[in-house]
Amino acid sequence: MATPVRTKESGAHAPGRPDGSSAVPARRAGGRAPGIAAAAAGPFARLTQATRTAPGRLRLAGALLAVLTLAFGALTAAQLNSRAQAANRVVSYSQPLSQAAADIHLSLADADTTAATGFLLAGAEPRAVRARYEEDLRRASQLISEAAARTTTSSPAQEWLSALNQQVPVYAGLVESARAENRQGFPLGGAYLRYASEQMRTVLLPAAAKLTAAENDALAADLADARATPWAGYLLGLVALTALVWVQLALFRRTNRVFNIGMLTATAAVLSAALWLTVAATGADSTLRRAEREGAAPLRVLNAARVDVLTARLAENLHLVARGSSTKYAELWSKTTGHLFDGGTPGRGPVGTLVEAQRLAPPDAGGPVDQALRGYQQWRERHDVAVKLENVDGDYQGALDTTVTVKEADVPKTADASFNAVDQQLQRAAVLEEGGFRDAALGVDKDLRTAAVAVALLGLLAAASAVRGLGRRLAEYR
Amino acid sequence: MGRATVRATRTAVALALLASGAVVLGAGGPQGAPTAGATPELRQASAPQQAQAGNDCDVYQSVPPSGEDGAAVKAIKARRNLVIGVDQNSFRWGARNPNTGQIEGFDIDLARAIGTAIMGDPEKVTLKAVPTSERIKFVQEGRVDLIVRTMTITCDRLQQVAFSKPYFNSSQRVLVPKSSTARTIDEAVDGKTVCAASSSSAEDELKARPKVGKLVSVENHLDCLVLMQLGRIDATMTDDGLAASQAAQDQTVRVVDGEVRPAVMGIAMLKNSTDLTARVNQVLAEYHNSGAWRAGYDKWLKPYMLNDAEHYWPTQR
Repeated sequence: MATPVRTKESGAHAPGRPDGSSAVPARRAGGRAPGIAAAAAGPFARLTQATRTAPGRLRLAGALLAVLTLAFGALTAAQLNSRAQAANRVVSYSQPLSQAAADIHLSLADADTTAATGFLLAGAEPRAVRARYEEDLRRASQLISEAAARTTTSSPAQEWLSALNQQVPVYAGLVESARAENRQGFPLGGAYLRYASEQMRTVLLPAAAKLTAAENDALAADLADARATPWAGYLLGLVALTALVWVQLALFRRTNRVFNIGMLTATAAVLSAALWLTVAATGADSTLRRAEREGAAPLRVLNAARVDVLTARLAENLHLVARGSSTKYAELWSKTTGHLFDGGTPGRGPVGTLVEAQRLAPPDAGGPVDQALRGYQQWRERHDVAVKLENVDGDYQGALDTTVTVKEADVPKTADASFNAVDQQLQRAAVLEEGGFRDAALGVDKDLRTAAVAVALLGLLAAASAVRGLGRRLAEYR
Repeated sequence: MGRATVRATRTAVALALLASGAVVLGAGGPQGAPTAGATPELRQASAPQQAQAGNDCDVYQSVPPSGEDGAAVKAIKARRNLVIGVDQNSFRWGARNPNTGQIEGFDIDLARAIGTAIMGDPEKVTLKAVPTSERIKFVQEGRVDLIVRTMTITCDRLQQVAFSKPYFNSSQRVLVPKSSTARTIDEAVDGKTVCAASSSSAEDELKARPKVGKLVSVENHLDCLVLMQLGRIDATMTDDGLAASQAAQDQTVRVVDGEVRPAVMGIAMLKNSTDLTARVNQVLAEYHNSGAWRAGYDKWLKPYMLNDAEHYWPTQR
């Protein structure tokens, strides 16, 4: 940019030209004599002066085109680069964090549900149930510390992470108290378990939900950044192209020469840069939109459905733990299952998180979600049998055996077995949807970065070609 | 000597009643003798149960015992199932033993005795766990025929359900951690955070005491023990039976001297089934006279209660 200006200045000392004669003496007077006066006239005055001569105008046009094309290349490269970074954050940072938050929520909810199952089985609790509870807590703790390490201290997520970090051991202690009291045959054990679960549902799970919301917001922001239309790049590209065409038209009128190789190369470079920009930006946009539609969005709904499934199972267990001392858990069951699947009013199909998860599921995850829905219907039937046994027949033991049992032959007939089937299918679907999201979003950042480098180089090429092309014309005045 | 013989006979009859399935009793079977053996004080209580609210209701009054089957009893027999609402959560009163899967306790023995006496067959008796807060609703909706679960007879409740004659004296007691220096109820609750089950007599009592620091209402009295162990509350108020059950589950809490709101427990049932109430009163009288009541007390409650059995058998004052 500075170079053409200097060229122009040295040009002012060049021998006179036919049509600029009147301007030359004036410039000389200003430029030679008092330096103060020249300074007072300022660069703007010199610039207006220069436009009055043909070479001056050429130099100016060259400078303008160089500035425009370089700015176009640089700005567009910067815009593409920031989108590439956002796309990279989506895949390597915010989506994993968002899923980790959902996994923390699920692990904790599963721990609570499993603790209640183990409690109901009391002394006969199979090792697998205990192991699942311990694995849930271990996984939750691990995910919490990993997420904390990856999250900046100023992030809103940090607050929820530290709350969870403090509360998980407290919860685990309460569950152990419950088990110890229960083993002694004390009803106090049940009270402890209900208290522990209350802590889980009023302190830990809300913190996990808020963490998930914060991480989902961060993911949405990164996705929006990666998908944002590079308006500045488009606009500057248009301006640069217009300028190139305009200069070439002016040159054609003046010289009657149709083609200027430099100018044509510059135009082609800007055009291909603009094309590359358009392809890269719209490609990234549609790919990320698809990743969102077929990955992130169904996964969010699926995670919500999984939390509901775990909550419903917990309500079912706690209702039996409470041994008729409370109707709270029966109400929680109704509320949660209503949220999961609601037959709906006539004319309007069923609604609920499970229905929504089925509707949004991409083809490959559709199978598992369908199976989960069928398992859920079976679970409801078994639950209804247990409720009837308990409330109508007063057969608590029968209700308990229908829900959860240690008799291996009867295990497949229990509500617990149906729940496990639902849970496993939803987990399968979640793995598929998360994989789908990653597969879709994975290459986007690389494409955007390649485009950024290409656009920057093309900008440079355009600037160099334009300057060279006009330099040829300028040389004719020497 | 003649009286001793009668008593011995009564005991034998009652034991026979209690032995599951040993005796199949006819409709009017036990009717004559138990009425004859009823104590004078029970005979005197012949005025119809008063149901008006206020302080003038008499919680000791119920319909006179009778062994006859009226419409309500016949209906229950026809469906071959007597449903008794019990507690599964009150240690030593009605609690589910997690190791055996059985519900057991003082109230449970009583419930089974009543059920077996009326139905003549323990197989036709169903015990159903009823939430504390739903007891009256369950009776009114006919989801249970009887409620035998530490239910205090109050004037309010007498308007909603019918009660048998009282079978247990109860009053409100206060539990504190052993480390507490409180000696009286006032010392234990004034300015302190005190816990009680919601819609219980203890909650009413605490609400009526202006000096209570803070009242924590929970769903179940055992939730108070959890909070006490976690150091969230300073004291718990509950009736002495449940206070004893809490002390039995935790060696580090004690019952403070003094009791308030003396009350009696009764068996609740539908208001208009007078014949069922009379029938239950009949069995209750037999249950006490035979010594089964005391045996139940000795078996389930004695180690944890502060007084001897007879202190808890209600006699009209």
